[in-house]
Amino acid sequence: MSENTKQEDICIIFDHASVERSGRLIWSDGTFSIPKGTVTAIVGTNGTGKTTMMQTELGLLPLSKGRLEVLGRPAGQANDHIGYVPQSYTSDIDSNLTAEQSVLLGLTGTRFGIHPVSRSDRERTRQAMRFVGVEDRAHVRLSQLSGGLRQRVAIAQALVCDPELLMLDEPLANLDLASQRATVHLLARLNRQLGMTIQVVAHDLNMLLPILTGAVYLLDGHPHYARMDDVLDSDLLTHLYGTRVEVVTTPQGDMFVAPDMDEPAGMAHDRFKASEVVNLHPRHPAADRTPEDASTGKRD
Amino acid sequence: MKTSIIDPHWMDTLTAPFMVNAILAGLFIAIAAGAMGYFTIARHSTFAAHALAHIGLPGATGAVLLGLPVSAGLGLFALGGALVIGALGKRASQREIATGTVLAFATGLGLFFARMSSSASQQMQSILFGSILTITRGQVIGFLIFDLILLAVLAVIYRPLLFSSLDEQVAQARGVPIGIMNLTFMAIMAGVITIAVPAVGTLLIFALVITPAATANIIVASPLKAMLVSGLICLVSIWGGLVLSAMFPAPPSFIIVTLSTLFWAMGKGWEAIRG
Repeated sequence: MSENTKQEDICIIFDHASVERSGRLIWSDGTFSIPKGTVTAIVGTNGTGKTTMMQTELGLLPLSKGRLEVLGRPAGQANDHIGYVPQSYTSDIDSNLTAEQSVLLGLTGTRFGIHPVSRSDRERTRQAMRFVGVEDRAHVRLSQLSGGLRQRVAIAQALVCDPELLMLDEPLANLDLASQRATVHLLARLNRQLGMTIQVVAHDLNMLLPILTGAVYLLDGHPHYARMDDVLDSDLLTHLYGTRVEVVTTPQGDMFVAPDMDEPAGMAHDRFKASEVVNLHPRHPAADRTPEDASTGKRD
Repeated sequence: MKTSIIDPHWMDTLTAPFMVNAILAGLFIAIAAGAMGYFTIARHSTFAAHALAHIGLPGATGAVLLGLPVSAGLGLFALGGALVIGALGKRASQREIATGTVLAFATGLGLFFARMSSSASQQMQSILFGSILTITRGQVIGFLIFDLILLAVLAVIYRPLLFSSLDEQVAQARGVPIGIMNLTFMAIMAGVITIAVPAVGTLLIFALVITPAATANIIVASPLKAMLVSGLICLVSIWGGLVLSAMFPAPPSFIIVTLSTLFWAMGKGWEAIRG
């Protein structure tokens, strides 16, 4: 009995999961489970298979070994209950769709045959747009919206079919600071008000720290899952990013992760403003690596 | 007696039987081009559409060589090319070089076939630049049947096709069979090219299939409206081409692409003024 109830609280189960892409091993032997109602980041340096992980969870890419269950079904079979927002969604838009038409497609886009749009379809579309705060842009073309607003339209399109799990690939990339904050705030509301499980691919944790409950980190070719208090460890993050990283706690109790003092960032530890948030990802990883880090980093 | 630049018998020309065929053909071509032009732009496949016409060229001249109907050879080659391009996936940036190379080779092959027989050589000009006035009643009926099939297929796959045009990954995650969408789209595109080539030829087809859709995208913000407006622009261009070419000594193909280009330029100008 206790096992059954436990099963119901689990959103994603990885069981000795490995994945290959055109013969190359991306990551292997991932065994962990992510509870429902959590906000999880998938972190790791470039090329470690963060996006690949989402694609396996959606069943778009098969595992080479192991088992992967999402919402109690094999990966790919519960996609009707998953909202997915890929990276740089509709960045090269070449269509005249309005925001509302785009969100509506999240509901009607899978229907073959002739189906007039129903009143309830329209109402649900409106609701999703209201929730993310783009209702007043309903009749503006996607191509005329800013990156931040387009991102919110994309989230509304994912929300319109009432998903239990929302997956976003680098939702904060290419957004200005205000839009990043708005997106994080929106994710927090989705998680707290609607109880939605959220998974985010990210390479900069700082913005997300206030809402994260855990992280999947791709380290040495193996995915691991840890709750947030476990993952925020300087040594682990240093290992993960291949550059010296420190976890800093402000007098107010907020946590930040930051490169070490000898990084040429030129900022003091104890007063990080959001505007100074450092992109964790090193631009020239090889140049910053200590010999010890280089030996582990080369494996991916 | 005063001589006019306008042909004094232009009204007679417009009521000739060959003109009736041309007018009907124009209507059916406009319906097909209007419906598919929108998706061609939304799917970033304009270059592929342009290439299909060229890939059809050796089929057309080869058909003449073998004594078969031009449209049959053109359609077969365009369809073959369409299925290969469709199987390669939607991402146009990855296949531009392959498409361009095949386009050039196909055009060369078309020339080679044309040189092998004098009748193909004679038809080369009309395949490259179109000859809407020589369209037969049989072809017109073929166009009508194609339009009916196109509208029926489009009615069934409209929303999934639109969804996958907006973002292929999201559509795929939600269970839209994007491979089938791609192949279906390209196959229909090959058909549209096949019926539009007799009007303006393989070289000028871009201005008839893509340009009106681009103009429509500037004017209206909805897929269905864009298809209607694009079809209308296409129709006005073709019919305008027929009337004006009866009045003035200019080939219809020239006037058709000129009108289409003018509408587009006006749309762009309006967009610039509006800001």
